[in-house]
Amino acid sequence: MTDLLEKLFTTPLWSGLIKAVVAFALLMLTALILVWFERRVVAFMQNRIGPNRAGPFGVLQTLADGLKLLFKEGIRPRKVEVGLYLAAPVAAMIPAFLIFMVIPIGAPVHIGEATVTLQGADLNVAVLFILAISSLAVYAVVLAGWSSGSKYPLLGGVRATAQMISYEAAMGLALVPVVVLASALVADGDAGLGAMSFATLVDLQSGSFRGPIPGWFVFWLLPSFLIFFTAAVAETNRAPFDLVEAESEIVGGYHTEYSGFRFAMFFLAEYINMFNVCAIAVTLFLGGWLGPGADLPYIGWLVPVFWFLVKTYALLFLLVWIRATLPRFRYDQLMSLGWKRLIPLSLVWLVLFAVVRAWQSFGAPWR
Amino acid sequence: MVELVLFIIFAVAAVFGAVTMIWARNPVYSAMGLMLTMFSIAVFYVSNGAHFIAAVQVIIYAGAVMTLFLFVIMLIGVDKAESRTENLPLQRPVALALMILFGAGVVIAGRSAWVTGITPAGTVPVNGSIEQIGDKLFNEWLLPFEVTALLLIIAAAGAIALAFFRDEEGQG
Repeated sequence: MTDLLEKLFTTPLWSGLIKAVVAFALLMLTALILVWFERRVVAFMQNRIGPNRAGPFGVLQTLADGLKLLFKEGIRPRKVEVGLYLAAPVAAMIPAFLIFMVIPIGAPVHIGEATVTLQGADLNVAVLFILAISSLAVYAVVLAGWSSGSKYPLLGGVRATAQMISYEAAMGLALVPVVVLASALVADGDAGLGAMSFATLVDLQSGSFRGPIPGWFVFWLLPSFLIFFTAAVAETNRAPFDLVEAESEIVGGYHTEYSGFRFAMFFLAEYINMFNVCAIAVTLFLGGWLGPGADLPYIGWLVPVFWFLVKTYALLFLLVWIRATLPRFRYDQLMSLGWKRLIPLSLVWLVLFAVVRAWQSFGAPWR
Repeated sequence: MVELVLFIIFAVAAVFGAVTMIWARNPVYSAMGLMLTMFSIAVFYVSNGAHFIAAVQVIIYAGAVMTLFLFVIMLIGVDKAESRTENLPLQRPVALALMILFGAGVVIAGRSAWVTGITPAGTVPVNGSIEQIGDKLFNEWLLPFEVTALLLIIAAAGAIALAFFRDEEGQG
């Protein structure tokens, strides 16, 4: 068994295929759990019970809903632009999966001679990669909105463009201090590491900040974390930033004209994106899979995965909590928060942090 | 082998996108064609080891610029297909002449050494090329870089000023 696994994971093709299949299965499972998780948590926050019939604590509810959507008739309105209308749900799923592929969900596992990284691919420009792919994610929403040939989806699509462009800038600027800090830390150590690779970023957080406090980047970069998380909530079109699909104003926004499994694909993509942004926040700021107990016998390799999931679900709980608490922003409030608050704030913080780092590395300017 | 297959797939995609961009009657399809071309070019950058350039290409061109194009197209009105009347006189002969010129340029460029794919030893970026690009940009080419930034700001400020000015005059 070990020999077989070792052989499989030393062949790039097989290890790539296995990782892709496992990642797909994991994300599907995550989406199933996450939908149920959100419904239950929101229900408790609103003093309701939530889905509790299918399976233990209602955990199979999403599966039932998914099957129902799968067998429903896919209604296609007459005025749609057929090609783009059919392509949009697929275009929503692809970026969601691609982003997950660069996130390390656990420590590298050793099987015999082979070392298996629990990550699809360790890119040396992973930070830029997630920005690039998330900037492509907007196409799904825009194209769905436009190709539906009806006015509510179109309004949703136009809103999505403006919103995503605005918050992408803040999100990118919030990540620059992370790279600055990481490259300062890398400069002392091994020169072969890329300051933008997620595996390196997690390794760099394994030290200690002050005494028993772990060296997670959030303690150095709390403003960056807050800006990133806010922008990420906006990027995933979650309440209070859900103007793109504001049901009380524009019915369902971009997915108004979708039904059956095409609607389910948008839905899945949204929940996978939620998981992704929380996982990225955990990887960049909260130490990723780092945590005690990774040297236990037999189950040692599962412990980092456990810590990764605990941290990610803590952030997801926060995300659901925000949704259940805050009312939706008005459009002008959304724009002014993005352009007049978050972007200037992140610029000031970036300059401040860069000056402090430069001071530490090169000494005071008058010497 | 993998590289060749990727090249063929994305070269076809790039050309298809470019042709779509010119041929499509609906501006949204034109924008999508251009997006496909930009993305395919990013894939070429990746297969040449220039990961940083590829990421920037996707973020700026496929992400920001094309999204803004789509935004503008949707704001101006998506139902109107492009008008097919030609307003420029002599458009076709000039286009033909330019096409011949461009074709000649491609042929000449294809014969010279710097596109044959031979890389001089020691210039292949090892650890991504971010450090090298940053080093060049902020040391050797700092002045041109800053001047470009200034130009872009002037252009943006000018565009805003023009838009506001026309609104005040009531001609906008």
